[in-house]
Amino acid sequence: MRVFAFWSLVTAILVYMTLPTIVVLMTSVNPTEILAFPPEGISFQWYQKAVTYPDFQTAFWNGIVVTSFASTLALIVGSTFAWLVNRYEFAGRGVLEAVLWSPLIIPHFTLGFGFLLLGGAFRLQQGYVMVVLAHMVLVMPFVTRAVYVSLANVDGDLSRAAANLGASPFHVLTRIELPLVLPGMAGGWLIAAVISFTEFTASLYVTGSRTQTLPVAMYNYIREYADPTVSAISAMLIIATTLLMFIADRAFGLRRVLAIDTH
Amino acid sequence: MTRRRPFFVTFLAPAVVTAVILAAAILEVLQYSVREFIPGSLDVGGFTLENFVRINRPIYWLVLLDTFYISLLTAVFSLLLSYPVAYALVRAKRDWVRSLLISLSITPLFTGEIVRTLSWMLTLGADGFVNSILRKLSIIDMPIQLMYTRFGVVVALVQFSMPVMIILLATAISHVDRDCEKAAANLGASPTAVFWRITLPLTMPGILSGVVVIFAWTMSAFSTPQLIGGGKVLMISNLAYLQGFSVLNMPFAATLSLIALVAALGSLALMKSATGRLEKRLAIH
Repeated sequence: MRVFAFWSLVTAILVYMTLPTIVVLMTSVNPTEILAFPPEGISFQWYQKAVTYPDFQTAFWNGIVVTSFASTLALIVGSTFAWLVNRYEFAGRGVLEAVLWSPLIIPHFTLGFGFLLLGGAFRLQQGYVMVVLAHMVLVMPFVTRAVYVSLANVDGDLSRAAANLGASPFHVLTRIELPLVLPGMAGGWLIAAVISFTEFTASLYVTGSRTQTLPVAMYNYIREYADPTVSAISAMLIIATTLLMFIADRAFGLRRVLAIDTH
Repeated sequence: MTRRRPFFVTFLAPAVVTAVILAAAILEVLQYSVREFIPGSLDVGGFTLENFVRINRPIYWLVLLDTFYISLLTAVFSLLLSYPVAYALVRAKRDWVRSLLISLSITPLFTGEIVRTLSWMLTLGADGFVNSILRKLSIIDMPIQLMYTRFGVVVALVQFSMPVMIILLATAISHVDRDCEKAAANLGASPTAVFWRITLPLTMPGILSGVVVIFAWTMSAFSTPQLIGGGKVLMISNLAYLQGFSVLNMPFAATLSLIALVAALGSLALMKSATGRLEKRLAIH
């Protein structure tokens, strides 16, 4: 009886957690602008409208460009930094770590505002450079963590054995360590890419009408129109991220990267 | 130089450059917060502390208090709803149940705030899901006002915060030594007593860090109060955005953004000292 009550409670909570997702999926295939429950049929017209709407097309490609650069830069800087932290003690390490982790704590609107003002100081406001830099800083903690966790699991004896057998430091790095942390790097990059592509608040500050990313374009659309076109975009994003995360979990052990342990 | 350090400088340089850029961005906010506002101009005047004095007005205090209150409500309700899910996730016996619970509770984290906010707008709106269902069942005649209320904002914020809360709680619950529970049960404690007197106290550090992390996180929420609050519910983020982009008072917007940052850092620092003390006490007993 108690077990039944417990699982009913858990089910009810999960319904609350997933209800909005189900509503948005239902709305996206609704034939009319006014919602009806149960739905009165299925239509894909909003999907067609969504993919042909010029603002969304531009914003989608902006997002792809920004996300690719930001996640890849974050991957390079984050992995080298994780390697450094894993290998060496040095003065100022704690400060550097604190600064690079801080985007997890700094409100995104404060960070976005900072990058807006910084862009203004260098006459780069609302340009791609500032958008990419802001996104890169935001996603770096996730990449760094993923690579750091993989590095911590690498057996240091392998590197030492290779070095003793005459491998140069460069060889040890590229032939031994890199292949071993590659899954962690790929998983970290993927998380970074998803977070960057869907990031809204900081993007609202740092992008302009020319550089706006998809979430910003969606926000601007919601404020003017009330039809389910944005629901169709949302549904596509939900399906895409769910699939990506499923693949990432299978391929790179996402749970380990996120450090969820269950027995 | 005691030893050669291969790649030290090469790998340090990009991290340092990134840290400097980030610090520069935050310093710009700090710099603007102590500048004079020139109405009708985006240029700022000389140095002044006037922006910090200006905060001391009832309308701004109310926004700060409301931010605090909404964050507290969100953190508490997020904890109450996440604990059962986290417990089920860790203790479920079947693999597929665990996988299902993980997917259902974690995936929403990755769809982004705009998608999730929009989903709640469609759920809570006057023609939204909840109101249509209630009308269909003839429970109500007129739609209930859920949008543009504090209640609606909290309902959405709690759901947003749950994936992170569940991760933190699940980690804490998975670290509970099952032998302690078994010992208590063998000594005659009922399952309810085992939970309240053994499991729950042992997960206290996780609970505390979950509540504070979500509290700090919610204090910086922007899109939910912006869209679901619709100007009727103002949190500090919305006030900062309003000041920056409608009033075009960049210095005051910077001051508000800075206060939000300090509040987030402050609550996390508080948590660190509190969990430290708690862990010490748990270790003694």
